[in-house]
Amino acid sequence: MSLLRVLNLQTHFDTEQGVVRAVDGVTFDVAEGEILGLVGESGSGKSVTALSIMRLVQGRIRADEITFDGMDLLRLDEAAVREIRGAKIGMIFQDPMRSLNPVLTIGRQLTEVLRRHQKMDGAAARRRAVELLDMVGLAMPEKRLSAYPHQLSGGMRQRVMIAIALSCHPKLLIADEATTALDVTIQAQIVELVKQLARDLGTAVIWISHDLGLVAGMCDRVNVMYAGRIVETGSVDELFYRPSHGYTLGLIGSSPRVDGEGGDRLVSIEGMPPDMIEPITLCPFLPRCRVTVADCQRTMPPSRHLGGGHYASCVADLTSHWSGDRA
Amino acid sequence: MTVNDDILRVEAVSVHFSGRRGVRIKAVDEVSFAVKRGSTFGLVGESGCGKSTTGSAVLMLQRPNAGKVIFDGVDLGTLGDRALRSMRRRIQMVYQDAAASLNPRLSVGDIISEALTIHGLYRGASRGGRIRRLMDMVGLPSRLANRYPNELSGGQAQRVAISRALAVEPELIVCDEPVSALDVSIQAQIVNLLQDLQRDLGLTYIFVSHDLSIVRHISDKIAVMYLGKIVELAEKEQLYRRPMHPYTRALLSAVPVPDPHLERKRERIILSGDLPDPANPPSGCRFTSRCPLAVPSCGESEPAFSAAEAGHWVRCPITSPSTREAAELVGHAARSLQ
Repeated sequence: MSLLRVLNLQTHFDTEQGVVRAVDGVTFDVAEGEILGLVGESGSGKSVTALSIMRLVQGRIRADEITFDGMDLLRLDEAAVREIRGAKIGMIFQDPMRSLNPVLTIGRQLTEVLRRHQKMDGAAARRRAVELLDMVGLAMPEKRLSAYPHQLSGGMRQRVMIAIALSCHPKLLIADEATTALDVTIQAQIVELVKQLARDLGTAVIWISHDLGLVAGMCDRVNVMYAGRIVETGSVDELFYRPSHGYTLGLIGSSPRVDGEGGDRLVSIEGMPPDMIEPITLCPFLPRCRVTVADCQRTMPPSRHLGGGHYASCVADLTSHWSGDRA
Repeated sequence: MTVNDDILRVEAVSVHFSGRRGVRIKAVDEVSFAVKRGSTFGLVGESGCGKSTTGSAVLMLQRPNAGKVIFDGVDLGTLGDRALRSMRRRIQMVYQDAAASLNPRLSVGDIISEALTIHGLYRGASRGGRIRRLMDMVGLPSRLANRYPNELSGGQAQRVAISRALAVEPELIVCDEPVSALDVSIQAQIVNLLQDLQRDLGLTYIFVSHDLSIVRHISDKIAVMYLGKIVELAEKEQLYRRPMHPYTRALLSAVPVPDPHLERKRERIILSGDLPDPANPPSGCRFTSRCPLAVPSCGESEPAFSAAEAGHWVRCPITSPSTREAAELVGHAARSLQ
């Protein structure tokens, strides 16, 4: 039973240059308690996908279906969607400074959410706020309630954002590059925290990231996005050990590894992503792909089922490129 | 190694800033290292560790409060502005935010041309050809010569910044987080370009970065910094296979690897707490407040920087992990056991 189902999502923006098809036919589900990774480069549509579900973008959003926890999100009015945001779906973004109100204390921002969505009175909200800050590993939580965002470090602010996002026991947490701006030792703390929450509270997570290493370590399944589409989806193992789309293969080859595996030279992806205004009729990755076959020039590749939950929109046979599962 | 092999020697360089209420912040505190000609020296650490300030001090963009920067035998601190400017023809810099480092009012061709003008190079008819050649070296098509920085992608802007640096035929380039703002696929293009240029032109790099995976990939020798101090310095393989300082080990264990099985097996050292206030660092070893191995004596005096093995320097007296224990941090042992 999936918690979130998205069927053929299209988000288009009208610009002076033409219509930008930022998300162009995206379909996926998220199961309860699952951590789903969304990877791809800037402009691939991963953030717009998440924001569209929450109706937080100013574009034309269309879909055949968006259901969340049994509710048809496409038919809800703005007020009802607002209730879901924050209460049932929590979000954390890359830059907590932009999400937190700079002139309100941490305590005020946390208790406001609790009073609004959980109908708590002031004292109860305050007690719960302290509990939440403690849960996300902030030292001296009582003292932090009276702090303003600028008085906290980046890692502390991101913990506060997570506390706010979790304050109403959301069923789904959407994290958009949530650790990208943080130092690696702080990132490790936040990642452990999110994994633990998914395990202990059964919160489902959509983890949006450009960092393949992070995704390998924390996600159950991954959607790889390119040019507004999901070009490959599968379990982390399927994706990393049996990549079946030229772009996934390229991403893995481009990523240097701290364990030194992968050789002296990175296998870069040449060129740049498409501009998303020109209509796409063939595989959008074709101009940059290094494993093309004759069929690539004919039609848009269909999504191929490769066993289990593994699908890829690629006609080339990539098995000779698999480094294999080392374990 | 003879002394002449070193193109650059940084000797006990300190850079101090004044913070609020006149507090002195030691952003860089007695940092020393030498860089071999034609090699890449990685300076790695987290925000506020002083790695970028150290990079600026090498070019005297930030004059050190103490210590010496010796480039090709010349003590840069003794040079006047004029002499320093001509020395900068031999030392160039490439920044993280390439677009911001380019003059928005100049076209790509003019940006490169300006660098040549400043140093009086390729005057007259040879200029155009030189610009085309420089653009070609960094993989920029010549049709981009008339474009302006706001019309470029992040990767293209970084290529322009690199070609501008190359224009004056430098020997040393300080690269400060040159690929951190770029997408993974474009990052790999620029890293490969830097490596090709080094091979073809015999360049020396100081590569400043927070990204331990890229630093391993590109560097020959690496210094790890924490709160203004170098805590560990070694050849690449020594550092990544036998990290000695508890901070280096925590740092390496925190970097994710794009390999799910390895990730499931890895032991992480999760550091508690945040970076201390640099204006008020812990006494003794600066890492004590977050160190999982700290003992009371660590807070008493600054640990000496001593050689744990040939060429491998560590600022910690108590750490001596077994090779295997250290290797497990980055997954080496997990692999060899299979």
